[in-house]
Amino acid sequence: MSLSEFLQMSGYGAYVWSCYGLTLAVLIGIEWAGRRRLREELTRATRRAQMAEGKS
Amino acid sequence: MTSEARITGEEPKSGTRWLWFFKLASPPHAYRLAGLLRPWFFWPAVALMLIAAYGGLLLAPPDYQQKDAFRIIYVHAPAAALSLMVYVVMAVAAAIGVIWRIKLAHAVAASCAPIGTWFTVLTLVTGSIYGKPMWGTWWEWDPRLTSELIMLFLYLGYMALRASFDDTQRADRASAILAIVGVVNVPIVKYSVVWWNSLHQGPSISKLDAPSIDSSMLWPLLIMMLAFVLYFVAVLCNRVRSEILKRERNTAWLTERLARS
Repeated sequence: MSLSEFLQMSGYGAYVWSCYGLTLAVLIGIEWAGRRRLREELTRATRRAQMAEGKS
Repeated sequence: MTSEARITGEEPKSGTRWLWFFKLASPPHAYRLAGLLRPWFFWPAVALMLIAAYGGLLLAPPDYQQKDAFRIIYVHAPAAALSLMVYVVMAVAAAIGVIWRIKLAHAVAASCAPIGTWFTVLTLVTGSIYGKPMWGTWWEWDPRLTSELIMLFLYLGYMALRASFDDTQRADRASAILAIVGVVNVPIVKYSVVWWNSLHQGPSISKLDAPSIDSSMLWPLLIMMLAFVLYFVAVLCNRVRSEILKRERNTAWLTERLARS
């Protein structure tokens, strides 16, 4: 099987590859959003904790 | 007497048998554990996805009817399975949170919603793209498709309801009710293709002893499903940690832990 045959997917290439592309995008997206959210909360919480330490 | 009744009503007494569980579910333990376990879900998930994609795209033979278009199933079906599974996890966590008043359970439920929403969107979109060449239409008001769309509205409704409360505890309780009631839609989605005459094809692997697809096509699907489950847990770990950080602000353990770092 040649590469172009593989990419064509017996004529369904556009459908197959768009599905795989979208899936990859969503998987990367949820992971990225989760990491960003954790980083934000960590920064916020650390700042608050350091302020509390400074006061006491 | 009334004050005593109120106190016992407020603080659920647990048998010592369950002490380990409450200890494990305590925010400091859960925060640490989620961070420790995450890589053990994430990297195996990525590896299994690559193996399953290789198996599904290259090793599996084309379907006799659907030709190579059937390969969409390797991303569409796991996404759909996760869309339902994440909802069940969310509803069970919400129920545990309401019944035993475990804060961590509410944090888990709240963390599930955005992940489940994206899996549901992915299911609907890849399903639509799969449907066009197979059925000749992007969308049909068919039982399977319609009930999956309701799944999306349940997730969105859950998040909207949470966002409408300023108080986290009230948001937890109100949204938990919605999550628990909405779980009736899960079997409706799952069995819609069996109960009603649907345009959607029947299940491929519901009966493992006699699956309706060949083993060369089946194993990449099973591996991909496992990979999606592990990936979900990995993403959930981060989200639960974020929720704990948000909910445990001003607690001694967190201040101490973060001040040290």
